Amino acid sequence: MNDKKLIITGLVVFLMIVLFPFWYNRGKAVPPPEVKLTDKAKAAKECVLSKEYMRAEHMQILDLWREAVVRGGQRVYTNPKGKEFVMSLSNTCLDCHSNKADFCDKCHTYNSVRPYCYDCHIEPPKEKS
Amino acid sequence: MDTSRRHVLQLLGLSAAALAAPPVLDALAAGPPAAESKIGPAKGALTAKQWAMVIDTRKFKSEADVRPLVEACHSIHNVPHWDEKRWEIKWLWSTKYESAFSGTASGRFGPEALEDRPFLVLCNQCENPPCVRACPTRATWKREDGIVMMDFHRCIGCRFCMAACPFGARSFNYRDPRPAIKQTNKLFPTRMKGVVEKCSFCAERLAEGKKPACVEAAGGKLAFGDLFDAESEVRKLIRENYTIRRKINLGTEPAVYYIV
Repeated sequence: MNDKKLIITGLVVFLMIVLFPFWYNRGKAVPPPEVKLTDKAKAAKECVLSKEYMRAEHMQILDLWREAVVRGGQRVYTNPKGKEFVMSLSNTCLDCHSNKADFCDKCHTYNSVRPYCYDCHIEPPKEKS
Repeated sequence: MDTSRRHVLQLLGLSAAALAAPPVLDALAAGPPAAESKIGPAKGALTAKQWAMVIDTRKFKSEADVRPLVEACHSIHNVPHWDEKRWEIKWLWSTKYESAFSGTASGRFGPEALEDRPFLVLCNQCENPPCVRACPTRATWKREDGIVMMDFHRCIGCRFCMAACPFGARSFNYRDPRPAIKQTNKLFPTRMKGVVEKCSFCAERLAEGKKPACVEAAGGKLAFGDLFDAESEVRKLIRENYTIRRKINLGTEPAVYYIV
């Protein structure tokens, strides 16, 4: 244990480097994103399933839909309330949520999620504001 | 420490209970809300045991008769158009008699009428598709209605299917197709770089009760129906006319018939 000084200095330097981002960003929490609903989505009141479920699990239902449509050839989804939807990302989801930049991308960017859906599926053209 | 038989048995019992608990608890926990929802086909969807097509080649005189059909197909499916031949993507196209029926065409001296006639070629939706067997990810498979379907999500771009297909019906996206699509159809997705694509007998239109786009655009030159239904339009045409199919000696049983 003759290298006590060296080891402790090393540890301190290591901790400083590791903890630097926390120190640097202290008190600067990025506000959580607020998604904007289109008028059409507001008028519909409820999505395919409840808002809470959609917010947390929409990727699950998208996966279910993809499986059903592409591999099962089934195209109509009936929700627990008996309302029917054609299972399509571009034509059903994005029909209501036509503001991808203010709706989908807001949370995805915040959470650093990069879904590759839109490599193929066509997103609605940007609305003129 | 003394370990009695009773003690060991107790421990075993407890461990078994602990192992069994999570699945039971999971089952007891609230299931996904999706449990009550239903998934089904759209009303009026067309179904069959094996979809098939009959092409009346006698009614195709020149390229001008073929172009609107190809245009109809390629525009609704967002098929890119590359001028560079090696990047070409084809779902439906036309070729010469001796190319379409190489190995069976009479070769040197054939009937004059067939020489200039354009032959529409597309995926044959084989009854025994070799591409399906070649695919390592099951991105392509045979549906119950006979369509050899592609799942673009699952395609890894290995191109085994292209090597397996004796008809060259599959194309590979060597580049991002989007810049080469003149006008995108918003109702249908595009593909991405590194994915194989081909004709799907317009599975998305059949699901809405519509016939394939080329059949609709052909105005009677093409017929479409169930091969295993003796009363269907295609069976009637096959019964009443002399038809040929491409490369039947390979045993893939193509479902596209040509009246010559």
